Amino acid sequence: MTQLQSQSVADVVLDEARTGRRFVFSGDWRHHTAEAMAAKLKRFGKLSGGQNEFDLSSITAMDTAGAWLIRRFMNGIGSEAGGEVRFADGGQRYVELVRALPDGLPLPKRDSRRGSLFQRLFAPIGELTVSIWTDTFAAMFILGSAVRGAQMKLGRHAGVSPAAIVHQIDRMGVMAVPIITLMSFLIGAIIAQQGAFQLRSFGAEIFVVDLVGILQLREIGVLLTAIMIAGRSGSAITAEIGSMKMREEVDALKVMGLSPVGVLVFPRLVALTIVLPLLTIVANFAALTGAAFVAWGYSDITFATFLARLQESIDFSTVAAGMIKAPFMALIIGVVAAVEGLKVGGSAESLGRHVTSSVVKSIFVVILVDGLFAMFYAAIDF
Amino acid sequence: MVQSVLKKQPDQAAEHREAVLSVRDLTVGFGDNIVLDRLDLEVYRGEILGFVGASGTGKSVLMRTVLRLLPKRSGTIEILGNEYDRLSLRERIALDMRLGVLFQHGALFSALTVRENIQVPMREYLDLPQDLMDEFARLKIELVGLAPEAADKYPAELSGGMIKRAALARALALDPDLVFLDEPTSGLDPIGAAEFDELIAKLRDTLGLTVYMVTHDLDSLFTVCDRIAVLGQKRVLVSGTIEDMLACEEPWVKSYFRGKRGRAVVRA
Repeated sequence: MTQLQSQSVADVVLDEARTGRRFVFSGDWRHHTAEAMAAKLKRFGKLSGGQNEFDLSSITAMDTAGAWLIRRFMNGIGSEAGGEVRFADGGQRYVELVRALPDGLPLPKRDSRRGSLFQRLFAPIGELTVSIWTDTFAAMFILGSAVRGAQMKLGRHAGVSPAAIVHQIDRMGVMAVPIITLMSFLIGAIIAQQGAFQLRSFGAEIFVVDLVGILQLREIGVLLTAIMIAGRSGSAITAEIGSMKMREEVDALKVMGLSPVGVLVFPRLVALTIVLPLLTIVANFAALTGAAFVAWGYSDITFATFLARLQESIDFSTVAAGMIKAPFMALIIGVVAAVEGLKVGGSAESLGRHVTSSVVKSIFVVILVDGLFAMFYAAIDF
Repeated sequence: MVQSVLKKQPDQAAEHREAVLSVRDLTVGFGDNIVLDRLDLEVYRGEILGFVGASGTGKSVLMRTVLRLLPKRSGTIEILGNEYDRLSLRERIALDMRLGVLFQHGALFSALTVRENIQVPMREYLDLPQDLMDEFARLKIELVGLAPEAADKYPAELSGGMIKRAALARALALDPDLVFLDEPTSGLDPIGAAEFDELIAKLRDTLGLTVYMVTHDLDSLFTVCDRIAVLGQKRVLVSGTIEDMLACEEPWVKSYFRGKRGRAVVRA
C-alpha cells in the first residue's frame, strides 16, 4: 500500500482566462489519492458559477472515488451555483464515468430528535422496567404453556415426546456428571480445610463435619450445581432456540400447528427438572467425599468418625431443605433460557447477547431465589 | 501495475481480448471424488460471463477454488495476469483488493449496518477520513439503486433484493476489476431480477467491470451475458455466445436452452 501511495500522484491545476476558468486534472485519481485530492479541491471551493472547462485528458487512472470527487466539484461550481461546466476533448472514458455519476447524494432522513438530558437519562431506566415486566410475563407464558396447552394437538400421538426428553436428560444430565463431581469434590475439600483451620484454634476440629454437612446439603450443593448447569445447559438452550429462531425454524413449527414451547422448551424443561435434583445428589456425595478425605489427611479424623459425626449432625430435614430447591432452580434456568432464546433477532450479535444475558439472568435469579428460600426456612423454623 | 479500470472500446476488446481470469488444467477433488478434471476457462476484460451447469456439477466448487476458499489438486489459476501461487503475501493482498464477490446469500455482516458493511474493505485497506468514507458509501448505495435510508439499516431489516444490492455495493467498495456473482438473481421476483441484470450491465459499462456470474436464470443469460460457459462432466462443455448455445447439440445444453423454459424466453 505504501508503495502504491508513493508512486501515484494526482493533481489539479487552475488556469484563469478571460473566457473562463480551466481546470486541468492529471495523474492517478483513485481511492488512495482521494484524501489529498478532496483537500485540494476544497481550496477551490470559493469559486462558483461562470464558465468552466474541465480537462481530463492527462488523467492516467480513475475509479469511482476519484470520479466522484470531480463530479462533486463539478456539481458545486456548476449546476448548484448556476455556472456551466464543459469537458475539454480527450480522456473520453473518464468523462463518461464522471457523467454517469449522480448529481447529488441525498442524505438519509434522520430522526434528529435526540431528546432532552432528562429524557436521555431516564429513558433507559424506563425501558429496563418495562423489559423486566415483559420478561416476567414471557416467563409466565412459557411456564404456563409448558404445563397446559403446548402439548395439545390433533393427530395420533400425544404432544409429549419421551425420546426428546430422554435425549435431553442424557445431554444435560449424564454428560454433566464428571464436571459436577469434580467441582463438588474440590468445593467440599476446600470448605473442610478452611473450616478445620479455623476450628483448630478452638480445639473443635470435629465440628468441621457438621459445618461441611449442613452447608453443603442445605446451600452449596444445590446452588453451585444450579450455577454450573445455568452456564452449561442454560446457554446451550438459548443458543439452540435462538439459532432456530434466526433461521425461521420456530416459525415453521408454528405454521405446522405445533407449539414451539411444546416442541422445543417442554422437553428441555422436563429434563432439567429431573436432572438437576439428581445432579445435586451426585454433587452432595462428591463434596462429602472430598471433605472426608481432607478431614482424614488434615485433621486425622477417620472415615468412621466422620460418618458417625455426620449421622448425628444431619437429619432428613437438612437433606430435604436443599433438595426441595433443586426443581425450582431447574425451572428458573430453563424458563429464563427459553425466554432469551425466543427473543433472539436476525443477527449473530443478538444471539451472542441473548446467550450472555440468559446465563447472567439465570444465575442472578437462582441466587435470589436461594436467598428467599433461606428466609422462608428461617421463618418456618425448618 | 494497475491498469485503467475503464472499459476498453468495444472494437479494441474484440481484437486483443485480454484474459482477466484464466484457469488451466484445474483439478479439484475431495477424497476419491474428483469434482473438476483438467478444466480450462477464460474470462476476458469487460465481458459478463454467465456460468451454468446442472446442480452438483461443481459451479460453486470452481468459484470457490478460484477465490482460494478451496484447495486445488493441480493446475494454474491466473487472475489479472498474476499467478497466485507465485505471489508474495503483500502481492496476494494487493490482488485480493482487486476482486469483489457477491455471495449467494449476501454474506453481509449481520452486526454491522449496510454503510459499515460497505466501509469494511475501505477501512481495512485505505486510510480515508470518516466523512469521505461516508460519502463513498453513500455513492455506492446510490450506484446499486438502494434508497439512502438503507444505509443505516442492519441486514436483518432488509428484503432479499435489498440484501443482494447491499452485498453488491460491498463487493464494489474498492472498485474491483473482476466481480464474482453467485446466483445474483435467485430469490428475486422477475421485475427485481430484470432490474438487477440491468444494474450489472450498467455498472459494467460505466465502471468497466468484468463479471463472472454463476446463474440459473435464463433471462439473465439471454439479456446481459456476453458469453456463456457450460459446466458438465467435470469440465467446461461449451462456451460461447447465446447463439452458439442455441446451436449446440450437446444433450444437456440442448435441453437447457431449447427446453420448454428456454423456448419461452427465446420467443419473448
